[in-house]
Amino acid sequence: MNGRLPGVNDSLQAQVTTLPGLWPGFWATLRRDLLLAFRHRGEMANPILFFLMVITMVPLGISPEKAVLAMLAPGMLWVVALLATLLSLDGLFRSDFEDGTLEQLLIAPQPLYFQVLAKVLVHWLTSGLPLTLMAPLLGVMLSLPDEGYGVLVLSLLLGTASLSLIGSIGAALTVALRKGGLLLSLIILPLYVPVLIFGASAVTSVVEGFPATGQLAILGAFLAGSIVLAPLAAAGALRISVNG
Amino acid sequence: MANPLIQLEALSCERDERVLFSGLDLAVSAGDVIQIEGPNGSGKTTLLRVLTTTSADFSGEIRWLGQPLSRVRLDYLNNLLYIGHLPGIKKGLTPLENLRWFCGLNQGHQRLSMEEALAAVGLAGYEDVPCFQLSAGQNRRVALARLYLTPARVWILDEPFTAIDKQGVANLEQLMAEHAAGGGCVVLTTHQELDLAGVRKVNLLGYRQVTS
Repeated sequence: MNGRLPGVNDSLQAQVTTLPGLWPGFWATLRRDLLLAFRHRGEMANPILFFLMVITMVPLGISPEKAVLAMLAPGMLWVVALLATLLSLDGLFRSDFEDGTLEQLLIAPQPLYFQVLAKVLVHWLTSGLPLTLMAPLLGVMLSLPDEGYGVLVLSLLLGTASLSLIGSIGAALTVALRKGGLLLSLIILPLYVPVLIFGASAVTSVVEGFPATGQLAILGAFLAGSIVLAPLAAAGALRISVNG
Repeated sequence: MANPLIQLEALSCERDERVLFSGLDLAVSAGDVIQIEGPNGSGKTTLLRVLTTTSADFSGEIRWLGQPLSRVRLDYLNNLLYIGHLPGIKKGLTPLENLRWFCGLNQGHQRLSMEEALAAVGLAGYEDVPCFQLSAGQNRRVALARLYLTPARVWILDEPFTAIDKQGVANLEQLMAEHAAGGGCVVLTTHQELDLAGVRKVNLLGYRQVTS
């Protein structure tokens, strides 16, 4: 700690020279965003409805044949879950940017890393997690073979969390742009490709009777890597965006 | 005073290849209320944003308690309260929930509870009304309620009187006077005349470079 603040009594001195706690700050943002997500339930339902609708259309559009659907199911579920996540990313920081709370977040005496992590966690809880929980149900509609369900849920659980984290970088980079939606997709899609490949191939392997531990391990590694790096990159991108 | 809280040395700011101000030297000491003046577009908000560290488009040095800002950033931010053009209020939340978020992020309660702070800005009875149902002035007051809760020494206020009624302005002026007397400082922009003793005025037009 540096020098004393002039003209300030002792009790206040102690108060202004102690930094606020990390956990209260993390919890405050987590709680606020969960509350907001709950208040705007309609928006939250968007990606889930999208997921539901597209998967419902597949048997109608391609073929109701069980064998054809079973072959498509792993890839289809994964691609649509990925697009649904992408759909919901644009709003991750946008409303905060527009009402000035993002500015307040940046100048709070808190590491931005954990604040971004809190926001991404809420995004995952309100998009990735419901998508994952709905996936087995939609798997039935696509007559996914029985062996596939466990790995489908596990791979989506790991994968959607990585997608939310990686997506936060793009959302942070484009938050200040008026029409950032398309740019966001262009930035993020290439980064999503590896997650998609290993996610879908995990489910396919299991359905074909091979173990999927390798793919799941790689998805886990993606997640571990993105938990460490993505909030850092997003925090930096937010500073640049707000600076402009 | 011997030790200024914030010291600006030869601060220059450029925006879109236009120099807004240059060579700005300013010492902000405990007890100061500084009103930044200048016509629209003269860089008042830009200066305040530089002071809040959200804008890095400047040259020159900013010191907090004699140390370069980049080295003591967290300590500085811990002592900073900024209310900008945008009030920073979530419309979907109630005033109380908004304040709870601020208190979680920053050093919380000082003198008053959150309910008392809302009562102090005239929002008693509105604690649990969603902010989108409140008027622009009331939303502004929710942001201003933070002034009653923070132990921060440095207040940076960008047009704090926007949409605030006469009585509210008088209360706010009194609050700023108390804050300054208690060893804090206020840097603000407003086009209104402040009814406060000892306000220092800094006109940014004086620091505009004459283009040759």
